[in-house]
Amino acid sequence: MNAALTLSNITKRFGDLVANDDVSLSLDKGEVLALLGENGAGKSTLMNILFGHYIPDSGSIHVFGEPLTPGDPRAAIARGVGMVHQHFTLADNLSVLDNVTLGTESLLSLRASRAQATATLQALSQRFGLQIDPYALVRTLSVGEKQRVEILKALYRGAKILILDEPTSVLTPQEVAQLFATLKQLVAEGLSIVFISHKLDEVLAISHRIAVLRSGKLVFEGNTSDATKAMLAQAMVGRDVEPIQRREASHASADVVLKLDAVCATSVESRVALRDASLEIYAGEIVAIAGVSGNGQTLLADVVCGVSQVTSGEVKFKGKPMALNVREAIAHGIARIPEDRQHVGSVADLSVWENAVLPRAGDVRFSRWGVLNARAARAHTNELVHAYDVRLASIEHPIRKLSGGNIQKLILGRELSEAPELIVAAQPTWGLDVGAVAFIHSQLRDAAARGAAVLLISEDLDEVFALADRIAVMSKGCLSEARAAEAWTMQSIGLAMAGESDARSERHAA
Amino acid sequence: MRLEARTAVSRIAPLISGLGAILFTLAVSGALVLWAKADVVSAYVAIYEGALGSRFAITETLTRATPLMLTGLAAAIAFRARLYNIGAEGQLYMGAIAAVAASVAMTNEAGELALPTSMAFALMILAGALAGAALLIVPTLLKTRFKVDEVVTTLLLNFIALLFVSMLLDGALKDPAAMGWPQSPTLPSELEFSKLIERARVHTGLFMAVALAIVLSFVIRYTRFGLAMRAVGANDRAAAFAGIGVNATLVKVALISGALAGLAGVGEVAGRTGYVTLDMSPGYGYSGIVIAMLAGLSPIGVIFAAIFVGGTIVGADAMSRSVNVPTYIADVIVATALIAVLVAGLLTKYRVRWK
Amino acid sequence: MNEFLSLLIDHEFWVAVLRIATPLIFGTLGVLLCERAGVLNLGIEGIMVAGAFIGWLTVYSGAGLWFGVLAAALAGAVFGALHALLVVRLPLSQHVAGLGITLFATSISYFAYRVIFPKVDSPPKIQAFDDMSWLPIPILSEQTPLTLVAMSLVPALWYLLYRTPLGLALRAVGESPQAVEAQGINVVRLRTGAVIAGSALMGVAGSFLTLAAFNSFFFNMVNGRGWICVALIVFASWRPGKALIGALLFAFFDAAQLRLQQSSGGVLPYQLYLMLPYVLSIVALVLVARKAAYPQALMQPYVKGTR
Repeated sequence: MNAALTLSNITKRFGDLVANDDVSLSLDKGEVLALLGENGAGKSTLMNILFGHYIPDSGSIHVFGEPLTPGDPRAAIARGVGMVHQHFTLADNLSVLDNVTLGTESLLSLRASRAQATATLQALSQRFGLQIDPYALVRTLSVGEKQRVEILKALYRGAKILILDEPTSVLTPQEVAQLFATLKQLVAEGLSIVFISHKLDEVLAISHRIAVLRSGKLVFEGNTSDATKAMLAQAMVGRDVEPIQRREASHASADVVLKLDAVCATSVESRVALRDASLEIYAGEIVAIAGVSGNGQTLLADVVCGVSQVTSGEVKFKGKPMALNVREAIAHGIARIPEDRQHVGSVADLSVWENAVLPRAGDVRFSRWGVLNARAARAHTNELVHAYDVRLASIEHPIRKLSGGNIQKLILGRELSEAPELIVAAQPTWGLDVGAVAFIHSQLRDAAARGAAVLLISEDLDEVFALADRIAVMSKGCLSEARAAEAWTMQSIGLAMAGESDARSERHAA
Repeated sequence: MRLEARTAVSRIAPLISGLGAILFTLAVSGALVLWAKADVVSAYVAIYEGALGSRFAITETLTRATPLMLTGLAAAIAFRARLYNIGAEGQLYMGAIAAVAASVAMTNEAGELALPTSMAFALMILAGALAGAALLIVPTLLKTRFKVDEVVTTLLLNFIALLFVSMLLDGALKDPAAMGWPQSPTLPSELEFSKLIERARVHTGLFMAVALAIVLSFVIRYTRFGLAMRAVGANDRAAAFAGIGVNATLVKVALISGALAGLAGVGEVAGRTGYVTLDMSPGYGYSGIVIAMLAGLSPIGVIFAAIFVGGTIVGADAMSRSVNVPTYIADVIVATALIAVLVAGLLTKYRVRWK
Repeated sequence: MNEFLSLLIDHEFWVAVLRIATPLIFGTLGVLLCERAGVLNLGIEGIMVAGAFIGWLTVYSGAGLWFGVLAAALAGAVFGALHALLVVRLPLSQHVAGLGITLFATSISYFAYRVIFPKVDSPPKIQAFDDMSWLPIPILSEQTPLTLVAMSLVPALWYLLYRTPLGLALRAVGESPQAVEAQGINVVRLRTGAVIAGSALMGVAGSFLTLAAFNSFFFNMVNGRGWICVALIVFASWRPGKALIGALLFAFFDAAQLRLQQSSGGVLPYQLYLMLPYVLSIVALVLVARKAAYPQALMQPYVKGTR
């Protein structure tokens, strides 16, 4: 028997939601199996079951022919299953070495063999080209380096089967290429890999076989050589998908809505500082800031939204210097769609209608003499729910009961219904399903068509190219010049994201 | 064992879990009564009789419940905004001593009030409320300015406040007639809260507490400030993103919470004792936290939780005299009830899977 | 000023400092274990009362002094297990559950004392620990063996935290329970173990009061010492060595205020002196608060398998 891993008839429910419905899969030795599916299709749940984080309601797992005890990560690790989670499971204040050796020795042992562990780790990182300083604190590492630590963690424990959950979502195109080289080397050394993704190009590039999940069910399984992009997309979404349309040419006017002039800023949360960022956005255009997360683009959005202060430089709104605080931004009618819809954009424990009016609760529409006009607030919320297609049971429920897509639609409605002249949208479609993504894209396009200036911050290059009139790239806190979307290629944008200067990239091209 | 969130909470689940919590509390305290070699049934009957069994018992329970309602409200509003005010005990003493200090300041040499009674009365109440608020403002500003955790600072300020009051009772506010016993001068009778019923100690402070609970309930639910406060308590980052001044909200909450605890002190001195001693509160400030939690941080719930706790204390006092079980049983009952209610509340939200 | 200087060379003064510091060392190390694992334990004040009572009761009933210490540790462990059940197994608020434990442990100790000794006017006495006069080290030879235990726990705990796999897991679980779970270690068991062990130390801290500092049990004898330990751990940045320094520093000021109170002969009200340690604790918190590197997962409940 040649199967490294066999999943048989796995079913897992969360309440009424069937996350995995009778899924059977097998992974051969030395194979890369791509597990494809939309957000919420059940890919992560399936892998969390394999790794023992969840217990399946039914079904069984075999690793190298032996049955695996469900619900016990230790059993999975002992059998050689290693997992690189989408959200890294690293302790930021501990060193790389500590993170890698955590749990590898008996907890009853009276001595940790650090010297030996260091040697093993260094040998591994040499062998697989995963350079890392064993004594560096994890919080000082870049996202790409943290991913290396995650892979090393699995290899250090002798993983024979490696599961990578959306490993490329945080990487530049060049880092992706490097990761793929590492994966190929791992396969050559006899490891088997499950590669979870929702990006078709990558899946076609790296895998031997592909399995597609949709709404918890396995809907496609086959060799990569036989698969095409169109059929995979169809299998993922369940209907024909139009390829993403590039936006019509810009109808930007000559009015500068937002102007950043040599803005510098720092914040506690952001690892990098914003350095001398300059940018102009005209009415009616969409300007996208591309870049790998953690390079300062969140800080840029926070400055414009009034959440973070500048240390130097100036922000002008419609030609006038803007005081940088949240209330000023709200008073100017700036629509702010934050990156973290569940923890920043909304207050999970407040009701839907309270969230719908929260930033403008002081408005005469919603309160007088400090007393809320709950009737008006509820009526306004119902209008938003209707106009922005928010699916919910009741506007009295806490907003945490809504799905991510519906929370985002409500936030979008809350902000766009105020006829904003400037929209700041940070990762507006991150983690949403295709339907919600399409809805949010069309809303942003319509807003620009009505004359709003849109500042879009996105890590998803497909989204950037689909929406933006002009694109600037953010790397290590530096903002590049914003150029017309047509002036960029995947190659040049990738180099810019990695912080290579334009001069060098041109030399590369030549 | 692991927990899974329940998708649907049935309507009777809170009833069942509440009943479970009561039975658990009765069982634990029943075991302790048995240990004290007393008859469980007669002990419970004695507690009930002592707390609610007669007109006098009811008035005593309500007298006890009055300061507990105010400290309970102080904790409830602060915890709603996630300001962990564990200093209500100190704030209560500050309120009490400030009321006495105000009355002394307003009294002339002949021992008569220098101001019209109603104005003096209002000033006394204001002084108490302000003193309580002032004590909580210190740790709140330390929290907003320097990120000092307020749990420990409010706890430590209880000891400082009590020593401060003790110092005043030895010095500036010593009652010369008290023969060396640390005790403040007695309030002039015009400033005392009037009694609600003859020959009982229950006073108008009860109305004040109930009225404040109703007002607070409205404020929390239907005002901008209430919404801001709940937003800050649930998620301060999201609240700040929505334009709410988080620090300003916390300061306002601190003023209200500290003032409520201060009013509890005013009520005790003006409604019950007439003067301040160092043992005037048997931990009302700490009990307030328990009451707020028993009430699920609802101001109206605080009224009933305070009556429950007040009744338990009064009833246990009466029982210890008749069946000889130490009065500390009251605190055990209250602590057990707290833990049982917390667990019961959780079990209506989660299902326990034994696996 | 002169008085203060003369204190520094006064032998008796340093003996007092070490005596005052001992329960704080036990308590602060107990808090350290809990908080390093990510659990706030405000039950400490009550657990110290229970430790003081159970330790004393065990010895009063005829067992040896060390049995008393062991019983106090066990009592602490039992309340720790209860706290862990509430906040580790079940995701209850750590603040509220801790205060609940304090109320419960305190009231049940007082209740038990009154049931066992219904009518005593003066608290019954026991034969407390003797000083270690056999020890050839000055100052330390005038302490009880419990002080020696407390002092040696500091390097022991340091070794555990920084030199053993278990210590690494403990530090990691207070920083990121997800990281610990992903490496196949059971978060709930690890945290439960830490809370139980930490609470046992808190129980021992209480027993020092009845078995070494005094020789009987009084109401209110803990008097906020538990809360001070919770403040000290922030000052100590959750490090064993600094916890020792913090406890000694606190004890230094406490002993100094007692001395100054006696020698200054009522120039200032004695309450001002008594306030000093509490005020200093707050000042210390303010000084370190901005830099305080709280364990990242402190007070965050970890529920596996929910989403």
